[in-house]
Amino acid sequence: MNWAETKNLQSVSLKEIPNMEFAKLREQIVEMIMKGCRVIQFFGEKINSGVILYVVLADDEQSKLFIASSNFNEGDIFDSITPEFKSFNYFEREFYEQFGIKPQGHPWLKPVRNGIAGVSDSEVQYEFFEMMGEEVHEVGVGPIHAGIIEPGYFRFLCHGEQIHHLEIELGFQHRGVEELFIRNRNNPVYLLKLSESIAGDSVIGHAGNFVRAIESLSETNISRRAMVIRTIALELERIGNHLGDLSALAGDVAYLTGNSAFAALRTKAINTSMSICGSRFGRGMVAIGGVNYDISLELKEKILETINKIEEDVEVAAEVLFSSASVLARFEKTGIISKDIAKEIGMVGPAARASGISIDVRTDHPFGGFSLFPVHKITLKSGDVFARAYIRYIEITQSIRIIKEQLGTLNEGELKKNTSELKPNQLVVSLAEGWRGEIVHTAITDENGLLRKYKIKDPSFNNWLAVALSVKNNGISDFPLCNKSFNLSYCGFDL
Amino acid sequence: MLILFQIFILLFAPFLFLGIINRVKAIWAGKKGSPIFQPFFDFQKLLRKNEVISKTTSFVFRIAPTFNLAAVIFAFLLIPIPSFGSTISFNGDFILFTYILGLAKFLMVLAALDTGSSFEGMGASREVTFSSIVEPAFFILIGTLALLTGQTSFASIFSMLNSSAGYTELIEILFVAALFIMILTEGSRVPVDDPNTHLELTMIHEVMVLDYSGPDLGFILYSAGMKMVLLAVLAANLIIPENFSVAYTAIFLLLIIFITSVLIGIVESLIARARMSHVPQFIFLMTALSFIAFAVVIFFLRGGIK
Repeated sequence: MNWAETKNLQSVSLKEIPNMEFAKLREQIVEMIMKGCRVIQFFGEKINSGVILYVVLADDEQSKLFIASSNFNEGDIFDSITPEFKSFNYFEREFYEQFGIKPQGHPWLKPVRNGIAGVSDSEVQYEFFEMMGEEVHEVGVGPIHAGIIEPGYFRFLCHGEQIHHLEIELGFQHRGVEELFIRNRNNPVYLLKLSESIAGDSVIGHAGNFVRAIESLSETNISRRAMVIRTIALELERIGNHLGDLSALAGDVAYLTGNSAFAALRTKAINTSMSICGSRFGRGMVAIGGVNYDISLELKEKILETINKIEEDVEVAAEVLFSSASVLARFEKTGIISKDIAKEIGMVGPAARASGISIDVRTDHPFGGFSLFPVHKITLKSGDVFARAYIRYIEITQSIRIIKEQLGTLNEGELKKNTSELKPNQLVVSLAEGWRGEIVHTAITDENGLLRKYKIKDPSFNNWLAVALSVKNNGISDFPLCNKSFNLSYCGFDL
Repeated sequence: MLILFQIFILLFAPFLFLGIINRVKAIWAGKKGSPIFQPFFDFQKLLRKNEVISKTTSFVFRIAPTFNLAAVIFAFLLIPIPSFGSTISFNGDFILFTYILGLAKFLMVLAALDTGSSFEGMGASREVTFSSIVEPAFFILIGTLALLTGQTSFASIFSMLNSSAGYTELIEILFVAALFIMILTEGSRVPVDDPNTHLELTMIHEVMVLDYSGPDLGFILYSAGMKMVLLAVLAANLIIPENFSVAYTAIFLLLIIFITSVLIGIVESLIARARMSHVPQFIFLMTALSFIAFAVVIFFLRGGIK
């Protein structure tokens, strides 16, 4: 097998990436996945003579990435991999939607982002499953929801109060982020802002991933200080979002005490981000070649103080939330995703870890500060709402420890380095563990060292199917709770 | 005197009741909370607003809120106020009381179905399911009292109650607890329903009234508060001794309404909402309490263990 072997953030020359017939590529994909690899990117790039398909597989145990490609002409068909490995489902559908090259044997080639009915004539109509029978009813929710949340259409096929099947149609926020990256490739300031806006709650996650890809392509080594500050910002983002989720989960079961306690703590966490960079969501924090904001000695003390306070309070709040019988009655055995299913559909992030899958980019494919500070992978077994809530609590405490460690190693160093031109004809895969899970960006440069293709995969892309599967045979009134326990991004998926 | 006091309760108690619940919840959450009279201001605001009425609805949708309010006020007039007596009283009035509230609910359910929304249909189905458990439990409760006193109207039952030898503290506690569960259920409060949620899929009462706006919505909010107040007054009848002076009774009654709303606020702050499939179990608690009270009374009437 001659796949290009690389690592997270280690760029490879396009010449090294083997190009083979799809039949052969498919055979090798199957073989490698049987050996324990998993797919992290599967995307096409339009070239003059047709389409190139790039496949990136990850070997988590050895921290390796494997890349290969295959050429297609327009109107080609190929044998779908999805019947064997469900994790290819969304990737193949996306590939078909973008280039019209049909994966034959795919169970149902529904649109991924362009299915919005009635928006324009050219858009593809989204087909829904149908169910017949007495006492069977359909409930459609969205795309406009109550409360301030993103748009998405949910169709429930129910029998009384029980959900038999849920279908989720997304794409309402498709902004063409990937095209915008290429169109504005000469404007790094714009690109940085764009990467911060991929998903508004994962600013550091996505922007950090983007700048690391650029730094890797331009061979810039950022200072230790900048690296540490980035790590702190990423973990603060994780703490803030996890706290917000715990608050919302308590709110969804009408448990007022937990709702307010965690909401108050979340404010403390995101205000810490604000004290560093002026934005509660970390906007403007990360820069290409380093960071824009420093942590002074004074600020360091302040952050430590706040973090210690959060640590104390979160323990009390979690004790109250997770020992309340009425809350546990709602959380436990609700929305179960078994380990097998999680593995099959290729789940990532805390949701996967809550189902017992040991996967964490910080350990598997270390980036930035984590290459020096290994993180322990934490998993839970039950895969229910409780596990997804509890793992958030554990990760908060873990992130607090990481921040404390990192603050202790804040050496002198340059905040921001100038970057040189990008290397021509290179491909780099940049992975990071955002608070929601694995974020993957892949950048390809052309012969002039300009971005030629920029591919983004938010963890929501892997996990939306899990939401649909988790609610099967649960009560329809438990859907909001299951949904919140994943808290996936709509715009991160829609791009 | 009675009429004045009843008007006073009718005008202020429902709003204050809701206002106090909200304030108690705010205090538990460490917040300042909205003014206690906020529900009253909201009501005023809603009365001034225009209504949007869905084109798919029929006259049922339009008459339901007004009818609902009228029914609740009528039901209130059937309940005696301790030491004051009742406005309308006749033998078997508690049956009218139950079914006038049932009729109001029936119309609200019809109105929800009238909109044709799948959400409202779901809410209506849940409301009916839970009501069908509450109703028999309530009859066992009142029937037990009728059995104990040998009377068949609210006024005579309550006036005879305190002089009845079988009316022990045990029965009093059982009755009050059962009525409290009934207040939580009929008032759509936690753990049966979550009045604050924005998630349509989990709602019961809130989702049924999603299509209402303006004065109609105001009427619905008002009658929801009123329903809880009238059940609290019913409970007060069980607690307040017969020989109290009018002034004391008035204060005591208001205190009981106040305590009830504080209790509801505390329950909502400390308990998560039950899973929808487990809600009937909670309501069956009321049935169980009523049956225990019934058994105790039967036991007493037969003269204890011989």
